Amino acid sequence: MSKQASVHFHRMKDMPSTHLLGTGTPMCAGCGGLETLHTLYDILGKKTVFVNAAGCMTLLSVYPFTPFRGGWLYTSMASAPAGAQGVRDAVDILLKKKKLPPEEDVEVVVITGDGSAYGMGMSATSGAMDRNLDFIYLCYDNEGYGNTGQQYSAATPHAALTSTSKGSHGYPGYKKDLFSIWAAHNPAYVATVIAAEPLDLAKKVEKLQTMTGPRMLLSLAPCPTGWDYDPELSVEIGRLAVQTGVWPLKEYIDGQVRHTKVPKQRKPVDEYLQLQGRFRHLFEPQRDATGIAEIQARVDSYWDKVDSQ
Amino acid sequence: MSGKLLTGNSAAAWGARLARADYIPAFPITPQTEIIEDLAAWIDRGEMDARMVTLESEHSMITAAGSAASSGVRVFTATSSQGLLYGMEMIYTVAGWRTPFVMVNVSRGLASPITLESDHNDIMAARDSGFLQIHCATCQEIADSVLIAYRLAEHADVRVPAIVNLDGFYLSFTREPVDLPDASKAQAFVGDYDPENLQFRGNSPLSQAMAVLGGGPYSYFRYEAHLALQQALTVYDEVAEEFAGIFGRHYPMLDCYCMDDAEYVFVMIGSFSTKARDAVDGLRAAGWKTGLLRPRLFRPFPQTQIRALLQGRRAIAVIDQNISMGMGGVLHSEFAMALYAATGAPILASYIGGLGGRDISQQEFFAIADELRQAHESGVTPPPRMLYTDTELTEMRKLQAIAQAEHAEIHQP
Repeated sequence: MSKQASVHFHRMKDMPSTHLLGTGTPMCAGCGGLETLHTLYDILGKKTVFVNAAGCMTLLSVYPFTPFRGGWLYTSMASAPAGAQGVRDAVDILLKKKKLPPEEDVEVVVITGDGSAYGMGMSATSGAMDRNLDFIYLCYDNEGYGNTGQQYSAATPHAALTSTSKGSHGYPGYKKDLFSIWAAHNPAYVATVIAAEPLDLAKKVEKLQTMTGPRMLLSLAPCPTGWDYDPELSVEIGRLAVQTGVWPLKEYIDGQVRHTKVPKQRKPVDEYLQLQGRFRHLFEPQRDATGIAEIQARVDSYWDKVDSQ
Repeated sequence: MSGKLLTGNSAAAWGARLARADYIPAFPITPQTEIIEDLAAWIDRGEMDARMVTLESEHSMITAAGSAASSGVRVFTATSSQGLLYGMEMIYTVAGWRTPFVMVNVSRGLASPITLESDHNDIMAARDSGFLQIHCATCQEIADSVLIAYRLAEHADVRVPAIVNLDGFYLSFTREPVDLPDASKAQAFVGDYDPENLQFRGNSPLSQAMAVLGGGPYSYFRYEAHLALQQALTVYDEVAEEFAGIFGRHYPMLDCYCMDDAEYVFVMIGSFSTKARDAVDGLRAAGWKTGLLRPRLFRPFPQTQIRALLQGRRAIAVIDQNISMGMGGVLHSEFAMALYAATGAPILASYIGGLGGRDISQQEFFAIADELRQAHESGVTPPPRMLYTDTELTEMRKLQAIAQAEHAEIHQP
């Protein structure tokens, strides 16, 4: 893929004013993953092939309809990056053999949920990074197996109620640090993003467009159905995830991690947690001060390490 | 015999080279690995203009094979046994994508217990997937079948992937003289890959492998794939005839040996059928009218042709190198289906042998023939048999005695 930056995103008015992805998709109202996809797609443009792993977004293209202006290939839960490998290699072969003119080149984008990215698809993702595959990878992370009714996954945060962790203390485990696992492969680019911070997201997409190799995006995807909140709160919850420090926005290039939007004064995690039904047991019937303090301590500990760097 | 001494694996690699495969997603597994090593060496030396990528699993390998074929290039890949099963989700999936490419499977028994040697349970697991299946008995046939498989898979009336199957060790590592097709003739025979509507392009949107809602559209696409495989029966004859015209080697979908006047027939697939061929020679020398029927094309299944060939024979022994647990031999049940309610249907007996590379001796073939003759005379079909000798059982008992002694020693108080 020829590398060029199309626009420069400094202010909100620089953002594309219309969406490339068609309307009427079966995604839930307020889907944080879909919002990230909109921004990514608007900037990348239609010369893309999305290679999909089993997840919520599989339902974007249901025969005979598709919201995409470019390509779409559904693969399986485990092997979307391998599907991307085949498409990228085939297109490269055709370009090299001059069976495809350069203007027909495509950007290959894997689109996968956290169920695949953090678990079943991890081997294929790791393999694609090993092979330095020239592709973009978007994980929309709604912190559970959302498409099957929000069972806990390796992306589920501590204490969250899911449909397989309904006990009074929620999910006992801790969210896996996928960003670091990816970064350990030293790919061209790794970033965390969230649709509620569109400028940060747009700048990152703009940056990765100029690069070759594996470009990995991990988007927290607020999920009204899975996290149990009103869809109109998606953007607010997304912003609070950043402002409380729960979801650090950062990027990895050449061995260096840089935080791209450091909250000056972090809000208490309560503000993020209490808007979501999955954490309501921390506040009702009475406040679980210990549980909340533990979550706060983990967030503080993360940022203490960042500050000391 | 003329030709170059090649292992079955090398013959398979030559097939891919002569078909001018553009792309080879790969993953090593015994006894297939030599195929990808040969291809890698040719690509490294600039003797083959292809790209090879080693994936991190067969599941990914088959995904990449399907997605590359969906993007407009000719694809070759190879696997075996556990690898085929590890990739099985994608075997079914990419067949549904209707992407033509060729995969060689080097048959090897399945775990458990884990083993390296050959039988056909691996390839039988792919039976219902939507892949075409061509089964080989010689190294010559392997190279030729890869070329035929591309023509068949890529044919406008077919458009599904194909498996060319060969037996681990017995063919994979056995050198036989192979008369390699002339490169330019092979090129003319196989032709250029026509991706038809399977290609991702920057300026022409395309969705592939989409979800469907409801049984109506789902059934439609599944039926379409089934009908495409059935159309391959007609196409196969055309392609095999054209191949024979150019290269002088005939590959009918049902390979018949001494079948014209045969009263008693062995049915086998793969390289072990050459043992049955020897037995036919021995039995004919003793005055028995025996023959061998070897289905080369297993999917689509040439049901009508089998029925026509076997009607009026006295008795058939289907010798399966696979075992469907709780049922028996897979090939036997398919032959029973082909012969059901046929007028003059012969007695159909089931034998299982050759599991995990176990030999089938000439004496066993003779005993089977004898049993067929008795069945014909009595009119009673013999019960299904699992071939195993007293000597083998004695040897097995010795191993068990050692295992028990070891166990007792470890658990001594």
